[in-house]
Formats: sequence, structure tokens, C-alpha cells
Amino acid sequence: MSEIIRRDPRREWIARNRLHPDHASVLAALGVNSEGGGAASEWLGPNGVVRKNPRAIGFIGPNGVKRIDRSGLQQGRQAAATTTAARDSRRRVTIDQPAFLVAVVPDLTGGRLSSHDKDLLGLARRVADADAEQPGAVVAILFGEHKGEGDGEHKEEALGDAGIDRVVHLDDELYAGFAPEARLAVLSAVEREMTPRFWLLPDSPLGGADLGRRLALRLGERAATGVWQVEVDNEASLGWRCTTRGAAGSLDIQRPLPRVALALAECAEPMDETRHAAKCQTLAAPIPITLSRIEDLGQVAVDPAGVALAEAEFILSGGNGVKQWDAFHHAAKVLGATEGASRVAVDDGFMARDRQVGATGTWVTARVYMAVGISGAIQHLQGIQRCDKVVAINLDPGCDMIKRADLAVIGDSTQILAALVAMVEQQRGGQRDAA
Amino acid sequence: MRPEQQQKQQKPGIDVAVLVSIGRHPTTGRARRAEQDARGLELALAMEAELPGSRIDVLHAGSQDVDSEAALRSYLGMATGVGMGLESMTLLEQPEGSDAILPLVEHLAATSPQLVITGARAERGEGSGLLPYALAEHLGWPLVNSLASIETVENGVITLLQALPRGQRRRLKVRLPAIISVDEAAPAARQSAFGPARRATFLVAPTTSEADSELAQWHLSPARKRPKRLKIIKAASARDRFKAAASKAEGKGGQVLTDVTPEQGAEAIYKLLKEEGVLR
Ligand SMILES: Cc1cc2nc3c(=O)[nH]c(=O)nc-3n(C[C@H](O)[C@H](O)[C@H](O)COP(=O)(O)OP(=O)(O)OC[C@H]3O[C@@H](n4cnc5c(N)ncnc54)[C@H](O)[C@@H]3O)c2cc1C
Repeated sequence: MSEIIRRDPRREWIARNRLHPDHASVLAALGVNSEGGGAASEWLGPNGVVRKNPRAIGFIGPNGVKRIDRSGLQQGRQAAATTTAARDSRRRVTIDQPAFLVAVVPDLTGGRLSSHDKDLLGLARRVADADAEQPGAVVAILFGEHKGEGDGEHKEEALGDAGIDRVVHLDDELYAGFAPEARLAVLSAVEREMTPRFWLLPDSPLGGADLGRRLALRLGERAATGVWQVEVDNEASLGWRCTTRGAAGSLDIQRPLPRVALALAECAEPMDETRHAAKCQTLAAPIPITLSRIEDLGQVAVDPAGVALAEAEFILSGGNGVKQWDAFHHAAKVLGATEGASRVAVDDGFMARDRQVGATGTWVTARVYMAVGISGAIQHLQGIQRCDKVVAINLDPGCDMIKRADLAVIGDSTQILAALVAMVEQQRGGQRDAA
Repeated sequence: MRPEQQQKQQKPGIDVAVLVSIGRHPTTGRARRAEQDARGLELALAMEAELPGSRIDVLHAGSQDVDSEAALRSYLGMATGVGMGLESMTLLEQPEGSDAILPLVEHLAATSPQLVITGARAERGEGSGLLPYALAEHLGWPLVNSLASIETVENGVITLLQALPRGQRRRLKVRLPAIISVDEAAPAARQSAFGPARRATFLVAPTTSEADSELAQWHLSPARKRPKRLKIIKAASARDRFKAAASKAEGKGGQVLTDVTPEQGAEAIYKLLKEEGVLR
């Protein structure tokens, strides 16, 4: 009996008539996979053919035009839901009984994992996950404050997203600044307690290159430095072979991967499909206090104007929206920022040519880039691709710089800069009184 | 402290050993003085001018042949008119392909200079930059990398500026004896004069040497160009792929403050700058 499809012409007619008051309920009744709510988008027709209601699917695009995504991602009216679902689809991985450990010591510049750190963690994961039966765990040893990405809950997730299973976090004054001996004592303690199979560090001037070499010598290993490729090699003692840069970058050396390796940026792809536990651990034994023969007297104030624009850490950049250049220079001085400019400011003669940021100027790498009265033309935005935090001051809330900025203040540049300078000066004055 | 060290402290100058290697011209591949080592020697010469009575011992461990001799002599050509003992350099002779660390450690332990200056990494061979660290570990001396300049040397303590990335500097106080490694942040080396370089002599010291057997097993080849990283777009649908390829990079959508007084705006900016630690 059930094979015979019975038709109900009246219901079909209502289903075709969008304006009929019962249209929605009839569609829902006909719908095979209707999930409550609005009209069903798909149902089995009377002849066993799948029918679709194009009006029930799709979403309103950015320009107010209705779009239908035929990839099958969207069904019914859940346009907004798909993106969040996609983000959460990252596989959660917890490795409780690791076969071995891979220790990583990221630079953690400015409290965040740099892209170099993430590449390195990608490499660590490759090494750890090579054998799916016996996965290893990646343990990261972090020195100093960790700021994370985003805030609140996401902050801690940044570590797990980068592929870290366990975290040993040492946020003590002792390890701040140049403290190779104290840090080395920690790494030696980790070596004693956990005996990781590999130690991976970034071969970067931000600290990894120095610390990694010290560690290698302490452990009595001949470290591989400048590693940029790692491949499986069953003949090697640890099962891996690496290619490293030697002789000032003019030589490729292929050798078995030793226990300690210092890897270059882009040595592997960063992780983005899994989310690891990033469980905090503490070292059981207290770390022996080493008497250092190196005393850190702190950073020296350098003239920010003398710092090359390409490597400046904090740039105050002015464009066509800067009206009072004297005040701008004064602000740069008070904030201790290196000055940059958009092309218009340079062409108009307010700034020197070597201060131009952008496609035809300098590609900057600042951690904080403050754009004052810059509209964010694509040629300018190209130059600030690698900046971490962008602050924009602009009159126009619709301009492209605002879209790029992490913090945008809409208002007149002169007034806001003046207020900022006053605030900084006041705080400094207050501090001096207190001291 | 050891008596000999105290004796040295009474004299104004100190003993400096500068380790030099044979460089490689980046385009022609010819032997030359190594860039970083020359900067190290420059630093030592500048210090000698400040602290008269300092003695500089230029050290090289390696073989002696025509090519390398010219390169080594160009270091000695840097010390014209200073009038110090730089007419000669010490050559710890060892066959090609030997490990330089052991003879250097032996020599430094025997002569016990107060300061050892080296380049950060060699321009030939493995060039791993491990040598200064190996010396520090063997001798048990503190090591400071990436030196920018030496400020003062007093009572067995040296104050110096270390170069950090982004043009920053850090002041350190280090108890001597110490090892210092120099990279591109140190002042550029002066030119080498031909005459003094020709007149210079080598003091050849025989050493025990051990072949670097590990290095011999590795496979060396001229550097290949590293593959450029591809922008991998992991999108499930054509629409996502198109969007990723065609749209401008949009930020994650930061905070936008509209209709605020300049003071409120300035305060928000101030907070961010403080958080990032760029205000000093
Ligand atoms: C081949 C080529 C290469 C180029 N290369 C570069 C390059 O390398 N670098 C570069 O920068 N440009 C480059 N340009 C130029 C680029 O296209 C833009 O013209 C330029 O960046 C715009 O500069 P601007 O944002 O300062 O000026 P505008 O576009 O005029 O923007 C001024 C902004 O200031 C705001 N404003 C005005 N008054 C105030 C106020 N009182 N307070 C606050 N905000 C205010 C306005 O709202 C506006 O957003 C290039 C162009 C070409 C064709």
C-alpha cells in the first residue's frame, strides 16, 4: 500500500500558492525534512521527485540582493548559523597517554605567539603526530606574560589552537629581560622531569636562537640550526632527517634530525584544523636558583627617529588628515613612536620620502601602528599587512582603514592627538611625583 | 679571585682575544675576511683606543694556505697606526675539516684572556653559530650575544649594550672573563690596509686536532631556493573560495568608537598602548 503515492490536489495547490494563508503549514506538512520554523525548502513531490522551494532558502547578500548557495552548505534559513558551526568544527584533540613529548620554547614576543612560533608548533605537531597509533604530545614552555588573542575565553584557546597539548608557564620576574641562565635552569629541569624526545626552538633573534644554542650545549647535543625542512627517514636514529641552512645561507645541509633543532620561519604549516588541550602543568621539583654573572640593567631609551621604519615597533603614521604637523611631531616624540606617513603626506612635503609606508614605500612590521588621518588606500594597507595592532584616528567611519583597525576612534585628528599627548604627559608627571 | 687576575686589574688595559675565521664573498664565493669577525676586531680596536694598554690577540684555528692567508692578513691590515701588538696573529694550525672548538678551548684556557670576542656565525662550513656557545660551556664563562657596543670596563666588570631586534638596545653588566658574540648590529669594520697586512706575521702553534666526523657524513649542497609558501584556502564551497580570493583582507572587525569626545577616544587609545607595552 505504502508504495502508492496518493495525491491531494488541494494541498498541492496551496503549496504552490505562496499567498495562501495555509501555505506555510501545508509546506511544513509536506516537507520530509522540515525542521520546524519557516517553510520547508525541500520535499518529495507526488511523483517521487524532489521539489525545492527557492523562496525558502538562501540569504540576503551584503548588497541587499538575495543569494542562494548551491554548495549544500546552507539549507533553509540558517545563513548565520553555518559560519559559527564551521568555526566550531575544529577537531578537539586530547592526548592523555602520549608516547613521547616534543618540547617547544616559543619566543612569545609581546605576550603572543608570533607567526614563527606557530610555524614551529606546526612542525612540532608533524613530528608528534607522525604515528597515529602512538601520538606524542607537544609541551610548550612559556616565559613571561601570555596575552593570548582576543579576550575572555578565547584568550586561553590561542595556545590550544596552535597545537599545544601541555603548557609549562613561568611568569616570574626572574625570567624577564635577558636571563639566559635562569631560563636554561628551567629547561634543564624540564629535561630532567619530562625528557622530551625533541626540543624545538625558533632560530630567531628574538631570543630563540640564543636560548636554543645554550640548551643544546647544556644537553651535549649538536643542534641543527636554520632547519627549514623535516622529512621522515627511517635510517636516522630518531626517525627524521632535516635540511638546514649553513654557511651564511649559501649551503643546504642534510643530516639526521638531532634532539635539539632550531627552525626557521615557515618550516611547516601552522595548525588550524584541530584544537588541543593546552593543559597547564607545573614542574614538580623546585628550580635551582642560579647565580647569574650577567646583570640586566634594562632597556635603553633609543631615539625612535633613529630606528629604521621597517623594524620599528611602534609607528605613528600621518596622512592627509593631519592638519597640524608640529603637533603631530610633538605627539610622536611624547609617545616615543617612530614617524611614518602616507604617500599624500610625503608628496605634499610634510614628511621625508623615507618615511612613506606602503607599496612604494616601506613595508613595516610594527607591533602597534597608529594611523592618523589615513584613509587606507590599498597601496597603504599592503605596507601594514604584517602589523599586529592597528589604531586609526579618522573623521570618516566608512573608510578602509577603519575596517583594518583593531581600535578606531572617529573624530578630529588634531584634538584626539592633543588629548592623548596631554594624557600621557599627565600620567608621566604623576609617576614622577610618586617615585 | 685568582692572583693573576688581580694583577691584571691593576693595569689599566685588559687582554682581549678576537677569534677570526675565513669568510666567503656572497656572490663570488672567494675567501675574504668574515664580516662579523671584522666587526668584532673593530670593536676590540676601538676598546684599545679607550683603554690603553689592552692587548689584542687575534686567533684563528684552521689550515694555512694561499687563499686563507690573504683573508687572514686582511684582519691584521685593520690595525694601522694604532701602535699596538697587532703585527702578528696566532694560528692554531689544524688540517681542513677538523673541529675548531677543542684547540680554541685549550688555547683560551692556557692564555686566559679576560674578554673573548667572536662573530655570531661563520660564513663557511656548517655556520651554525654554535661555536661561541660551545666555548662558553667548556670554559664556564658567561656569554652575551649580539653586542652593539662596549661602554666601560672597570674592576673586572664590563658594561655593554646588547642589540635587540627592532633597533632596541639593552644595557648589561657582565663579570669578566666573558665571551661576547657580534653580529650585524655592531659598528661596521674599518678598511684593511695592504701594507701592514703584508708585513704581518703568523705565530703558528701546533695543536691537537680531531676530524669532524659527523660533518663529514652529512650531505652538503648549494642552497636551493626555498619554496614560496602557498596561501592555502581551506574553504568548503566555491563561494568561500571566491570570497577568499577576491575580497580585500578585512580585519577581524575591531572596536570602533563613534560619537566620543576626544578625551574618551584618547583614553581608549592610551589603554591599548599601555596594554601592548609600547609606552615607556
Ligand atoms: C602606484 C601607486 C602607488 C602608491 N603607493 C603608495 C604607498 O606606498 N603608500 C601610500 O600611503 N600611498 C600610496 N599610494 C597612494 C594611495 O593610493 C593613496 O592616495 C594615499 O595612500 C592616500 O593617502 P591618505 O590616506 O593620507 O589621504 P586621503 O585618502 O586623502 O585620506 C585622508 C583621510 O583623512 C581623514 N581626515 C581628514 N581630515 C581629518 C581630520 N581633521 N581628522 C581626522 N581625519 C581626517 C579623511 O577622512 C580621510 O580618510 C599609491 C598610489 C599609486 C597609484
